[in-house]
Amino acid sequence: MTAVVDKPAGRPVRGPGRWAAPPRPAWEEKPGPAGVAGKGLVLALACLGILFPLWIVVVTSLSSRETIDEAGGLVMIPKDVTFVAYQELLSGGQVTRAATVSLGVTLVGTLFSMAVSVLCAYGLSRSGSLGHRWILMLLLATMFFSAGLIPTYLLVQSLGLMDSYLALILPSAISVFNILVLRGFFMGISPELIDSARIDGAGDLRILWRIVLPLSRAVVAVITLFYAVGYWSAWFNASLYLNDQDMLPLQNVMIQLVQKQEAPVGLGQAIKTGELSGLAVQMAVMVMALLPVAVLSPFVQRHFRKGMLTGAVKG
Amino acid sequence: MSHSTVPRSRAEAEETKTPVASGDATARGRRRPPAGRLSPRLRFRRDRVLLLMTLPAVLLVLLFNYVPILGNVVAFQEYDPYISDNGIVSIMNSPWVGLDNFHRIFEDSAFWNAVQNTLVLFILQLVLFFPVPIALALLINSVVRPRVRAVAQAILYLPHFFSWVLVVAVFQQLFGGAGIFSQLLREHGHDGLSIMTDPGTFPFLLTAESVWKDAGWGIIVFLAALASVSPDLYEAAAMDGASRWRRMWHVTLPALRPVIALLLVLRVGDALTVGFEQILLQRDAVGPGAAEVLDTFVWWNGVRNQDFGYAAAAGLIKGVISLGLVLAANKVAHLMGEQGVYKK
Repeated sequence: MTAVVDKPAGRPVRGPGRWAAPPRPAWEEKPGPAGVAGKGLVLALACLGILFPLWIVVVTSLSSRETIDEAGGLVMIPKDVTFVAYQELLSGGQVTRAATVSLGVTLVGTLFSMAVSVLCAYGLSRSGSLGHRWILMLLLATMFFSAGLIPTYLLVQSLGLMDSYLALILPSAISVFNILVLRGFFMGISPELIDSARIDGAGDLRILWRIVLPLSRAVVAVITLFYAVGYWSAWFNASLYLNDQDMLPLQNVMIQLVQKQEAPVGLGQAIKTGELSGLAVQMAVMVMALLPVAVLSPFVQRHFRKGMLTGAVKG
Repeated sequence: MSHSTVPRSRAEAEETKTPVASGDATARGRRRPPAGRLSPRLRFRRDRVLLLMTLPAVLLVLLFNYVPILGNVVAFQEYDPYISDNGIVSIMNSPWVGLDNFHRIFEDSAFWNAVQNTLVLFILQLVLFFPVPIALALLINSVVRPRVRAVAQAILYLPHFFSWVLVVAVFQQLFGGAGIFSQLLREHGHDGLSIMTDPGTFPFLLTAESVWKDAGWGIIVFLAALASVSPDLYEAAAMDGASRWRRMWHVTLPALRPVIALLLVLRVGDALTVGFEQILLQRDAVGPGAAEVLDTFVWWNGVRNQDFGYAAAAGLIKGVISLGLVLAANKVAHLMGEQGVYKK
């Protein structure tokens, strides 16, 4: 399997030179130099538009206070590399705690969401089973309405979930869309395989664990990423349901530190006296928020498409 | 159909015929014999493990998607959040006021301002955002070098996975009063930028942020549609003398038509939802005059002002209109001969 995504049909990739263009079909005219240059330019600009701001953020977070003062703020060209900002942020205190909270909620939440979603998707994937049509309708209908912010808030309050991490996981634990994607994939697995396992005496749980899941690694990876990114990026429920400042996850702390420009608890003095650059600290918080997703998502990239289109509904 | 018996109903016969995104799944995945042969009791015995597997998800959906619908009764109450920490107790003891909250809303200029902002943003995003992924997908699709493609896609997809907090913070570093462009302008003796706090340009700022975050991600659907076009069509068109551009017009774009229609329907059905988190994050900086949309109106009145009945009434209005829009959009899609979100 090649690492190529969306390879156009009829253009096989050969040999080692994957940077090179594959042979052109005989009927296709040779692209003109202006066309190639134009396309390259637009694509390069689009990529630059995404990478340039991230570059500034990363470089500034790694710069010393002197470099930042000299640049008059954000640094475009790195002069020195120092991890002071990260060391300060990660040596206990507000940001360390927030990052731990975010990691914990993401890990536990993703595991919970995946367990519930995979079980449900498999339970609905065996056609002709009792009641699966009704359950499917029940899930599908939720894609057409939303109960609204206020009633949901009152419910979470009534359940006694205020100031509890469960409030960050349970209300948003499952996405019907993700379940449908998983289900679509499970339905595509050859029934002969499942039948033969059943004849050998395997129950549904064992079939799911030993046959269906190993055959669905790609889509499971994509959906896991979707859930994990959802938990990692969430901030609104925390702002709604958590009153205790010490419980807030990283995104909420980032709002306070970067958007509202508050000094991180405990580091205010160091920033005031100039030992530490406030800007570098802010940028370091941003890097901490973007690093996990930036590192993980490319690994799953070639499977993204599997997480998109199979959502169409089949009985 | 592997079990090859008479379908139970016309609906099922329709359904099995309908082409779906991954075609092979329709024919497979059929293990159980048709329902007609077994009594419900036997079917329950056979499928109880499957039912048990769906139970956690069903309970979560019932609890967090269906139960709160009942909570909308506070829209008809003078809801008093201070009666009890428990919302249900408060609902039981709050006075009923009929349609008072709705009368107040329709006389509230802040509500109409929110409606106007919502519609302006919806239209602006439709016009300025919607075509970008299509153009990018055509561009990526025309790149034949596999590595260039993969690298470009990795970069373009990346911002989709960033949180709105991060995206807004990134834009602050670019266009904020202390951002990189303000910094460069000041070095050359100009004033800094005030885009991040300017109510006049706020709708464009929001659209730019949406494009930066999600336009790259949006190309996946179109790329999938493009990959399914048979190369024979291009060859045949080329044989008939169609140029590059004519092939794009007569082969590529028609292949994208169903996807474009589906996405348009989805977008129109969701018209009243225009980026709640994104706007809420910037509401303070820009002010409610330009940044109040229906969702933030509900948030402000409910969560901030503790006027729950009023906020719930506004939310209910939005919810009911949205439901109508989704159903209407699907109807239009069906009339146009497209599949829409659900099948007829």
